[in-house]
Amino acid sequence: MARWGLVIDLDRCTGCQACVVACKHENNLPFSTPETADVGRMMTWIGLVNAELPGRPGPSALPLMCQQCDRPPCTDVCPTSATYLNPEGIVAQIYPRCIGCRYCTNACPYAVKIFNWTTPEWPESMAEMHNPDVSQRPKGVVEKCTFCHHRLITAREKARAAGRDLAPEDYVPACVQICPAEAMVFGDLSDPHSDVAALAGGPRAFRWMEELGTQPKVIYLREGE
Amino acid sequence: MSDSPGSPGSNDSNATHAPVINAILTVGPSFRRWAAALAAVIVWAGIAWTWQLYHGLGATHLGRPIYWGLYITNFVFFIGVSHAGTLISAILRIVQAEWRRPITRMAEVITVLVLFFGVGNVLLDLGRPDRALNVLLHPHLRSPLLWDVSSITVYLTASSIYLFIPLIPDIARMRDLTTGWRHKLYSRLSLGWTGTPQQWHRLERAIGFMAILVIPIAVSVHTVVSWVFAMTIQPMWHSTIFGPYFVVGAIFSGIAAIITAMVIVRKVYGLERYLTEEHFNNLGLLLLVMACLWFYFTFAEYLTTWYGHEPRELAVFNSKISGPFAPFFWTMFICCFVVPFTILANPHTRTIKGTLIASIFVNIGMWLERFTIVVPSLSNPRAPVMTFGYWPSWVEWSLMAGCFAAFALLYMGFTKLFPIVSLWELEPVPEAHAPAAAPTLQPAEAS
Repeated sequence: MARWGLVIDLDRCTGCQACVVACKHENNLPFSTPETADVGRMMTWIGLVNAELPGRPGPSALPLMCQQCDRPPCTDVCPTSATYLNPEGIVAQIYPRCIGCRYCTNACPYAVKIFNWTTPEWPESMAEMHNPDVSQRPKGVVEKCTFCHHRLITAREKARAAGRDLAPEDYVPACVQICPAEAMVFGDLSDPHSDVAALAGGPRAFRWMEELGTQPKVIYLREGE
Repeated sequence: MSDSPGSPGSNDSNATHAPVINAILTVGPSFRRWAAALAAVIVWAGIAWTWQLYHGLGATHLGRPIYWGLYITNFVFFIGVSHAGTLISAILRIVQAEWRRPITRMAEVITVLVLFFGVGNVLLDLGRPDRALNVLLHPHLRSPLLWDVSSITVYLTASSIYLFIPLIPDIARMRDLTTGWRHKLYSRLSLGWTGTPQQWHRLERAIGFMAILVIPIAVSVHTVVSWVFAMTIQPMWHSTIFGPYFVVGAIFSGIAAIITAMVIVRKVYGLERYLTEEHFNNLGLLLLVMACLWFYFTFAEYLTTWYGHEPRELAVFNSKISGPFAPFFWTMFICCFVVPFTILANPHTRTIKGTLIASIFVNIGMWLERFTIVVPSLSNPRAPVMTFGYWPSWVEWSLMAGCFAAFALLYMGFTKLFPIVSLWELEPVPEAHAPAAAPTLQPAEAS
C-alpha cells in the first residue's frame, strides 16, 4: 500500500503562490475577496504563512496545507468519523457525514482545516469553470487538502484500463504540477526508490511541529544549506 | 389520607403552606407581563435562529481560526450552572444538612431546565444541525464530543428522575386540592401515590439511591466538558487540571445561580418564611468556599503556564493578562473573586442582598471565564495563520438572550405547575403511617 507524501524545498520556493491558485481551481474552492479574508473566511486549502524556523534570521514563507499526519489530532476528535486516515495515509473527509461541529478544525495544530460558513459562491464568469471530478461542498461542513485524491482515482482507473501498474508520474496533485520553481515533489514514501523517500531521508528534511507527535507526511527541506 | 394536624395533605397543612400553593394556582398580572416580555425575546431569538438556519453559520462572526465562540461559551456555562441543583441538593441531602429542605426543589429545577440549553447551544453551533443524529448513527468512541453526548444524556436522565421522585408526594397533594385539567395532570403524574408506609419507604429508598448516583454523574459531566478542550494539544487548553477546575467552576456558578433564583422566588411569591437569612448565610458561606477554591485553581493554572514560559502557551497567557482579552480576564477575576470574597467574608455583608450581589457577579464572572477559555486559545493558534478579532454577531447575541429568556420562562412555568418548595419534606411524617414493627422504614430525613 502506498503512503503518499509531499516534499517542499523551501530553498526553491519563490512564494509565487501559483500553487494556491492551482489548488483553488482544481478543487472548486469558492472565490475569496480581501473582505472575506479580513473576517477569517478565505477559502484556501494551501496558503503561505510566515513561520519562524530554527536557524533562520527571520520568518520563512512556508506553503502550508494539510500535513496529512500519520497521527492526526483531527481524526481522533471527530464525533462521527467524518474525517479519518485512509489506508494510503491521506486524511480524508466525508462531506455528507460531517455535522459541522468544527472540533477537528480546533484540534488541528496547523489550523489547515477550513469550514464552509456560507453556501459557496462564484462570480458569474467562474461559475461554469468547475472541475467535474471534485464534488462541491455544501455550507456547514469542514474541508481540507486531499492531496487531490480525485486525481489518484482517475490515474488508477486509467492505469487499470491500460493494463499496467500505477506509475509515479500518473498521480501528482495540482500544486505540484503547477509549481514553476519545481519546489514540490510528490510520491510514495513507502517506495524506497521514490524521489520523495530519498528527499525525506536527506539532511535538509524536517517535518513542521513534529515535536507534537503528529508525524506529518508533508516534508519541508531547509533553506540556506 | 390522615387529617391529623400537620400531616401532609391535611387541611391545616395546606393552610400553613398557602403561600406556596397559592403561587401555583393563581396567575397574576405581573406574571403575565413578565411572561409576555420573555416570550417576545424568545420570538426574536426564533427569528435569529431561522436566519442562521437559512444563511448557515455565516450568520455568526466566527471564522478561521476562531471556530468556536459565543455558542460554545454558553454551552459550557449552562452545563456548569446545571451543577447547581442536583449536586448541591444531593450533597446536602447525604450529609443531612437539614436547612437544605426548602431549597432543594428550586435547585433541582435549575439543573434539569438549564441542561436543555447547554445541549441546545451545541446544536446551535452545528454547521449541519440536520445531521446531528449522525453522532448516534456513526459514533466515534475516541471523540470527547461523543463522551459528552453520553454523559450529558445520562445526567439529564438522572437529574430528571431526581427532580421527579421527590415531587411525587407534592403532586399527590396538588391532585387532592384541584379539579379539572390540573387534577387530571396531577393524577397521572402522582403515580397513584396515597402515602402508604410502603410508598414512603420506597420513596426514601429511591431518593437516597439517586442522591448518591447523581454525584459521580455530575462530576463526570463537567469533567468531560473540560476534556473537549483539554484533550486537544492547543495552548492553554491542554491542561491536566481542567477536569477538576471545570467542576469547581461549575459548582461555583451553580450555587450563584441557586441564590439568584432563590432571591427572586422569595420576593415574588413572598416565601420569606421558607427562605430565611440562615439559608442565604449558609449558601453564602458555600459560595465563599467555592470562590477561594476557584481562586486556587485559577492561580495554579496561570502560574504554571507563566513559569513554564512555553512560547505558544505564553502567547495565549499574554493575550489574556495584558493583550486584547485583558478586559475580559480582569473583569472575570474581579467578578469571580474580588467582589464575592469581599462581600461574603464579612458576616455583616453576608446578608440576603449581599449574597445576591455576590451571586450576580459570580454568574457574570463565570460566563466570562468560559469565554476567556474558549476564544483566546483559538485566537492564538500554534500555526502563524492570519487571525482576526472576534466579536459575536447580532444573531449570536439574540440566540443567547433567547436561551436565558426561555430558561426564565420555563422556570416561571414550573412554579405555576408544581410547588417550588418541597412541602412534604418540611413536615413530620404521619406517625399513624409508620409501621410499628419496622421503625426503620420511616423516612429517615422527615423528622
